[in-house]
Amino acid sequence: MRYRIDPGLYAVGTPTPDSPVLVSANYKMSFDRLRSQLAGLDARILVLDTKGVNVWCAAGKGTFGTEEIVGRVRANRLDEVVSHRTLIVPQLGAPGVAAHQVKNRCGFRVAYGPVRAADLPAFLANGMKATPQMREVTFPLLDRLAVAPMELVRWAKYALLVAIAMLLLSGLGAQGYAWQRVASAGPWSAGLLLATYVAASLLGPALLPWLPGRALSAKGAGLSAVFVLALAGLHAGAPSYLGNMATLLGWTLLVPAVASFITLNFVGSTTYTCLSGVRREMRIAMPLQGAAAIAGLAMWIVGRFV
Amino acid sequence: MSKLKYLKNVVTLQLNEVRCIGCAMCVEVCPHAVFEMQGKKARIARRDDCMECGACAKNCPATAISVQSGVGCVTAILKGAMRGTSPDCDCAGA
Repeated sequence: MRYRIDPGLYAVGTPTPDSPVLVSANYKMSFDRLRSQLAGLDARILVLDTKGVNVWCAAGKGTFGTEEIVGRVRANRLDEVVSHRTLIVPQLGAPGVAAHQVKNRCGFRVAYGPVRAADLPAFLANGMKATPQMREVTFPLLDRLAVAPMELVRWAKYALLVAIAMLLLSGLGAQGYAWQRVASAGPWSAGLLLATYVAASLLGPALLPWLPGRALSAKGAGLSAVFVLALAGLHAGAPSYLGNMATLLGWTLLVPAVASFITLNFVGSTTYTCLSGVRREMRIAMPLQGAAAIAGLAMWIVGRFV
Repeated sequence: MSKLKYLKNVVTLQLNEVRCIGCAMCVEVCPHAVFEMQGKKARIARRDDCMECGACAKNCPATAISVQSGVGCVTAILKGAMRGTSPDCDCAGA
């Protein structure tokens, strides 16, 4: 599947030389969302070559940037196509674009448009003035859920490998290896690990504002506390599932390690975390996650033998 | 729902108020309303809300703003650390 469109100048409606020019990325979804919001209006869209990446991410890397804008304006002879000298650039493109340099180099003034394309009609009707709300990035539930599957897919391979390893290791016991135990206890252990992984991947992002702490790794660990308590309750009520204290202790370490790691990785998808913060959080959280995971697995293996 | 807040006192954002020419571009491009105008100068009003995207520094014609911006995702930082480069991600594109 191709998610790129060809860079260049596109028309929306029947634009005149006075119609506004909006700059966008050549990621198909960026372009389609922009087009659909402009329905009923006459405008031009200048599509940059961002290698098929959305505006914000491409701006962070500089592909949505001053150089590309100046180049596209010249290549499409925009100064001959339109009578005005204004480019509406999405505000989230600003990390890659120096408005004053665009003006110096090609004569077009950059007017930063709203963060969300949905606000464009109001922005245009308001004489290209954005309200403070149009300028601010939010991270509502639906947005969080829309990006959550990223982490779910990204780590699935590793989660499955660990689950399969646990399935096979379930056969271990004081009296030697037994395939019967792989069939009886294995699915339970593998399932518990995968459940932790899926729950952290989806519930972490969904419950983000309500989980305790600011660090995402802490939020993940907090989320897992509910899971661990449920396991402890299960062990008290029906000891046959977990079998022994060593296994329960193993899970008590393993579940927070997995949940914390997965939630920490969500920093790459958020709209509010910063590089310096992520660095600090990683330095503290990742050694703890690693230690807890190794100790948890070790305890779980010990639990096979007692 | 209150606004999501990240760690306190980690942000590298710096504003040189002497250099500031009061054009208010930083106020305009910031996606988290970190800056405010105070008379003819910008000031950092909500430092901890900064996500270090670098839009303000890039769009400051007086080069009065500095911030260490970059790709803030875990694998990118790990990869950068291993290669001894700045964080680099390979999500999509190329």
